[in-house]
Amino acid sequence: MRRFVIGQAKNLIDQTRRRRPQPHHHNNLRLLSLLRPSASDSTTVSSPRLFSSSSSDMPGSDSSSSSSIPVTLDSINPKVLKCEYAVRGEIVSIAQRLQDDLKTNKDAYPFDEIIYCNIGNPQSLGQQPITFFREVLALCSHTALLDESATHGLFSSDSIDRAWKILDQIPGKATGAYSHSQGIKGLRDAIAAGIEARDGFPADPNDIFMTDGASPGVHMMMQLLISSEKDGILCPIPQYPLYSASIALHGGSLVPYYLDEASGWGLEISELKKQLEDAKSKGITVRALAVINPGNPTGQVLSEENQRDIVDFCKKEGLVLLADEVYQENVYVPDKKFHSFKKVARSMGYGEKDISLVSFQSISKGYYGECGKRGGYMEVTGFTSDVREQIYKVASVNLCSNISGQILASLVMSPPKPGDDSYDSYIAEKEGILSSLATRAKTLEEALNKLDGVTCNRAEGAMYLFPCINLPQKAIAAAEAAKTAPDAFYCKRLLNATGIVVVPGSGFRQVPGTWHFRCTILPQEDKIPAIVNRLTEFHKSFMDEFRD
Amino acid sequence: MSLKALDYESLNENVKNCQYAVRGELYLRASELQKEGKKIIFTNVGNPHALGQKPLTFPRQVVALCQAPFLLDNPNVGMIFPADAIARAKHYLSLTSGGLGAYSDSRGLPGVRKEVAEFIQRRDGYPSDPELIFLTDGASKGVMQILNCIIRNQKDGILVPVPQYPLYSATISLLGGTLVPYYLEETDNWGLDVNNLRQSVAQARSQGITVRAMVIINPGNPTGQCLSEANLREILKFCCDERLVLLGDEVYQQNIYQDERPFISSKKVLMDMGAPLSKEVQLISFHTVSKGYWGECGQRGGYFEMTNIPPRTVEEIYKVASIALSPNVSAQIFMGLMVSPPKPGDISYDQFVRESKGILESLRRRARIMTDGFNSCKNVVCNFTEGAMYSFPQIKLPPKAIQAAKQAGKVPDVFYCLKLLEATGISTVPGSGFGQKEGVFHLRTTILPAEEEMPEIMESFKKFNDEFMSQYGDNFGYSRM
Repeated sequence: MRRFVIGQAKNLIDQTRRRRPQPHHHNNLRLLSLLRPSASDSTTVSSPRLFSSSSSDMPGSDSSSSSSIPVTLDSINPKVLKCEYAVRGEIVSIAQRLQDDLKTNKDAYPFDEIIYCNIGNPQSLGQQPITFFREVLALCSHTALLDESATHGLFSSDSIDRAWKILDQIPGKATGAYSHSQGIKGLRDAIAAGIEARDGFPADPNDIFMTDGASPGVHMMMQLLISSEKDGILCPIPQYPLYSASIALHGGSLVPYYLDEASGWGLEISELKKQLEDAKSKGITVRALAVINPGNPTGQVLSEENQRDIVDFCKKEGLVLLADEVYQENVYVPDKKFHSFKKVARSMGYGEKDISLVSFQSISKGYYGECGKRGGYMEVTGFTSDVREQIYKVASVNLCSNISGQILASLVMSPPKPGDDSYDSYIAEKEGILSSLATRAKTLEEALNKLDGVTCNRAEGAMYLFPCINLPQKAIAAAEAAKTAPDAFYCKRLLNATGIVVVPGSGFRQVPGTWHFRCTILPQEDKIPAIVNRLTEFHKSFMDEFRD
Repeated sequence: MSLKALDYESLNENVKNCQYAVRGELYLRASELQKEGKKIIFTNVGNPHALGQKPLTFPRQVVALCQAPFLLDNPNVGMIFPADAIARAKHYLSLTSGGLGAYSDSRGLPGVRKEVAEFIQRRDGYPSDPELIFLTDGASKGVMQILNCIIRNQKDGILVPVPQYPLYSATISLLGGTLVPYYLEETDNWGLDVNNLRQSVAQARSQGITVRAMVIINPGNPTGQCLSEANLREILKFCCDERLVLLGDEVYQQNIYQDERPFISSKKVLMDMGAPLSKEVQLISFHTVSKGYWGECGQRGGYFEMTNIPPRTVEEIYKVASIALSPNVSAQIFMGLMVSPPKPGDISYDQFVRESKGILESLRRRARIMTDGFNSCKNVVCNFTEGAMYSFPQIKLPPKAIQAAKQAGKVPDVFYCLKLLEATGISTVPGSGFGQKEGVFHLRTTILPAEEEMPEIMESFKKFNDEFMSQYGDNFGYSRM
């Protein structure tokens, strides 16, 4: 769309010097696949806990068993009941109902559209995908295109080259086949090279496990770490509810550490120590520390010095460091830079034997924002081989992550380089998105800080603002009367008055007695002024209504 | 200092107990041999495209256009895409909010779920509610989500057929539940005897297990049988009597290689039975884009449909799905295309029919070649592969072979499969990986190698087997044919 005319002209020129696709690429598919391994396997097992073979460890009879209906609320797994995921909770359900009703009942509302600021889903709010990435994916989705001469007029030359390169790395060029359960080896090579280029320290493709988004990777690690409620995971508060939800689903204990709002959501080692000791005194074995950098929902970017302290803390306490680094490309302020925990640990001289570290990355965030693809990876270092085999086994039960997500994960870690046909347009698209996000973050932050009783730290990174609202006592009392958390009360009123969907701070947890909401910075730039106006107007009338 | 968090000793025991011998001895040895340059025929995974099956053209065209929506604005797009693919791509993009790059509803795109519901309604003749259909990243994810809701602790038991597809045993282990086996009757063409089920349940209960759900795989994996309508009725009645959720793994519903027993869904049979059963039995059916003549394993697309599940439970299942945000959108579109393929009169219709029929008819012939091939071998009996993608022959190992296996420290069917691999390059999975009755031995192969290579493969299998049987046999061997 955006760059077709230029693209086509370029392609015509390039066509003469382009590597012609070789005919064998398609003729020997079958032969190749017979010669190469189909790395993932859906097979073999011996029985798990077969009751007949292990009856001795079974507890006594449950007399009520035969009469219970299997899947009612009373009889489903209580861990399922316990977990919560507010990003898609009650307020979002209300918003969806409003949206449906708006179609037929437009005059009943003081707004004409619902603006979803509840979730980091950029492309649903109009962000365009990076053209080069999608060209490569389209070619890999329908490989017959590579044999069509007209394709050269429709696609950039480096996207065609890249598609060939990727297909050559897939056994049998079969993008419709299950891959190795860790992901296609050639794509992991590209990711490892990307990590190496980013950090300046080596990365091993065998350490990489590709996943359907970052979330399944987090689940996998929780599954490994948590055996019972005696196992604790240190999580930041406020936190992204994936952590609380997956800890609840696996039956573990969330051990909170509070970020200091007054110092820009700072992470104090003394706080970590205090909470660790506190958990120990309750009989909880703390097994890992989750750090989200840049922060979600809090948007802070950790300083390198702070990261070094965190690494030392984990090393000293024998904790696995779970580094959620999915917003690594989303940094908006010149005084902060993203540093991966692996780079920090390695630059401190700590190697495999010193610290167990898992770094999560996703294609859903960054400037690419490809949420619907469900692609991501985790890089696991500092694990013994028997533990890694267990991770591999758990990954293999789900066979593999989706192939187009895998391809895209390799692309974001090895984007076009200077001199490539797509390089200029790629850079223009990327910079355009990132600088616009920075502008939006700044505009929204300033607007929020102007509101009566609202303070908001700047979004140094990630995709969110997390303002603190100093709610009047009357509003708190009204919320209690309505049996909702005060911040949820505020957010529902905001939704009903403006159509803006945000997530109450209680969904992320917060210091007791403080109230927040999370708002993404993702609505398109031209919508921001209207959002600011509506928000300002609503807040004023809300405060007028409830002022003490 | 005490154990570190991820020292092997301190890992979650459920993880360690879970068995999914993907890198089992056979597979590892096959990979090694391959590295040494030996030609390996991988018949161990139901992964058709990896063995050369070409993807259907039309769905790949539609998804390519959805991947690169800017092509739709290009006046030259018609040079490389047919008009119906372009129209369909526009249709699916209109169902999304932000194309393939945006999270969808956690249950999947409403428009695609509607198409799935219409498909189910056409297939079964009964209405289907899109609100009770959740799209998933492959059927496995759906099975895991549902079992996660059902299993509370190790006192909760799930009835699983033996032989079974190891997804079930592995997931039950991971979730800390108990697998309650029921044996399929090999001599009755892998039939399911309800008396066996009753016995299994009674025995489990006597040991304090609350049996909560029953898994059926129809058509069967690894066993390839298709359940009859009468059999399905018995099963549903049994689930009703015993208050069990029925989990119907119906991912091979397109893969049918005989005409006597076409696929019939559990949902249709349940609805045919009428009230009160049709209103009581809790049923969850699973489907996927990985099997059938699609074989799009790498897309990770699937769905499950819930019947008679109370709304508040559906809400909980929705909540758990929402933690994973959404299934991948391109696979959702594959699912939409699978349930609403080109229609007569569409530009791509003839090609689509030609391709899909070609695949299915070839699979049918391959199922026959393979089963007949096995049955012509000494001491091998194999039920006909009525459906799915696998043959599961029984290998009657002579006492001397069992003795030799013991001496080598191997399970007898592993011993046999290793020898087969070394001699022929055919990589199979020993029956012990799926569970089998004590003292009988099997192997599983897919029927997926290319048709033209099939006779040669079966010939080399026969040569190996008959020599093996002569080497270890007492000359009492027989063959069915």
